[in-house]
Amino acid sequence: MILSNAQEAKLIDLCKKFRKELIECLHAVGSGHPGGSLSATEIITTLYFCELNVNPKNPNDPDRDRFILSKGHAAPMLYLNLAEKGYFDMRELCNLRQLNHMLQGHPCAKTTPGVDLSTGPLGLGVSAAVGMALAGKLDKKKYNVYVLIGDGETQEGIIWEAAMAASKYKLENLIVILDHNKVQLDGTIDEIMPLGNINAKWESFGWKVIETNGHNIRDISSALKEAKQVKVKPTIIIAETVKGKGISFMEGKNIWHGKPIDDEHFNIAMKELSGGN
Amino acid sequence: MKTKQIRQAYGEALVRIGEKNERIVVLDSDVANSTKSCLFGKKYPERFFDVGISEANMAGMAAGLATTGKIPFINTFAAFMVLRAGDPIRSLIAYSNLNVKIAGAYSGLSDSYDGASHHSLIDIAFMRAIPNMSIISVSDPIETEKSIETCLNIDGPVYIRLSRAEVPYIYDNNYKFKFGKGNILVDGSDLTIIATGYMVHKALDAAKLLKNEGINARVVNIHTIKPIDTELIIKCARETGAIVTVEEHSIYGGLGSSVAEVIVRNYPVPMEIVGIQDVFCESGDYEQLLNKYGLCAENIVAKSKLLFSRK
Repeated sequence: MILSNAQEAKLIDLCKKFRKELIECLHAVGSGHPGGSLSATEIITTLYFCELNVNPKNPNDPDRDRFILSKGHAAPMLYLNLAEKGYFDMRELCNLRQLNHMLQGHPCAKTTPGVDLSTGPLGLGVSAAVGMALAGKLDKKKYNVYVLIGDGETQEGIIWEAAMAASKYKLENLIVILDHNKVQLDGTIDEIMPLGNINAKWESFGWKVIETNGHNIRDISSALKEAKQVKVKPTIIIAETVKGKGISFMEGKNIWHGKPIDDEHFNIAMKELSGGN
Repeated sequence: MKTKQIRQAYGEALVRIGEKNERIVVLDSDVANSTKSCLFGKKYPERFFDVGISEANMAGMAAGLATTGKIPFINTFAAFMVLRAGDPIRSLIAYSNLNVKIAGAYSGLSDSYDGASHHSLIDIAFMRAIPNMSIISVSDPIETEKSIETCLNIDGPVYIRLSRAEVPYIYDNNYKFKFGKGNILVDGSDLTIIATGYMVHKALDAAKLLKNEGINARVVNIHTIKPIDTELIIKCARETGAIVTVEEHSIYGGLGSSVAEVIVRNYPVPMEIVGIQDVFCESGDYEQLLNKYGLCAENIVAKSKLLFSRK
């Protein structure tokens, strides 16, 4: 859909709100992954508030678009979006990762309305998405399947098995978005396991490659629009992002992949996120 | 003696259920001519997907297909189903209780000449420990056919343990396969031999030999390893006072372990577990291989006599 200026402004505000709520939530529960949630904020928010054809009142609608968070550790950002959409009460976020509560450390389709696939072990989401997209073609459904993967995640071999399959079955209804934040748990991607020429790799697997700025809602929205015009092949959107985006001491730092936020860092982060408001 | 390959019976059963139920889709990972899923592929090419040598991706795709209401059957050798596709089977299929049927071809030592790398002796142990997973282990062509039909009534993942082997018929067409319920094939009161899969007919042979030596062995086929027929196992322990289990699987974590778990908690009696000891096997003729590693009527007889003497 074409983004109006008013919508864009609304989504920018929403992302600001989500960043604050994310930090509040992770600080309160003392666990969870800030870095990869912050790099994916604009991508997930644009999907839920400007792209996906989904209805929280009918979360299992067979004709709905699907979204798979293959980088399942960004679950808190997914949950914030789902709560804002109305799949469940925002107060559930206070009980993230807690015993006897719905929101698991990684997305669980069985417990959480709106989660289309349980994820966590990296690399599995694209294979399942290939199955969903294939089913859509078999049943002549109009839905699209969207998958968000991490860049470190593409070090998993199954990603490339799935990439071949998506190409073989000409899954134009499959759109993968790569959160290219260049940092993984143990260090930078370049230090740990370099990805080489990402575009060339995906192109050689038969995919349409689109590059975008993963923190610019308008750019993400245009990239998605372009992806939906593609015929006979799947698309990957390489979204350039910054790990820990929005909080200066987290930006580009692997230690904030999954580190609990203490009171001191919480106060600095909230001050930064409140700046300009 | 009339015989048939389990894999052939499986492939034909897939074709039959595929005709009645359009939700069924079949995936294979480049061994369709071996697993006989190719028979389905020939009949219903639009619902058959050979995804190449990518077992994990096959299981992941099946998970995605199942979320939309399809009933995928995934196919590869049992060894690779567990070792290569194990992650998506646990994390995508079982965790969300998705309706995927997992056909482990060439289980046990049945791919005998290919050697230890292709033998599948840990699949029951792996699958048993996964919540939501059911396990069926078939003993003959009729049971294969009936279990494939029956597993459609289970809304969740089922691991179907198949074989490359040519097996004698144990059942006829009147056989009523009841998921979760074992069958007493031969009655006896001195001890019970509980077997599964290809070992069932060996157990029947063993019972005949034991009879010649004056021991009346009961023979039970446990085709559903999970959920196991607790009631029948306790009944056998109570009525015969001793149990020998026989399986083409490691002695760790398979049928023997399952039966032992039931009897120690409910009705402890002396037990013997016949299976593959904690070793890798080797290439060779199937029957010779089974004999060498103790999966033969003679060894079942020896273990039964030992057990009988302990009663």
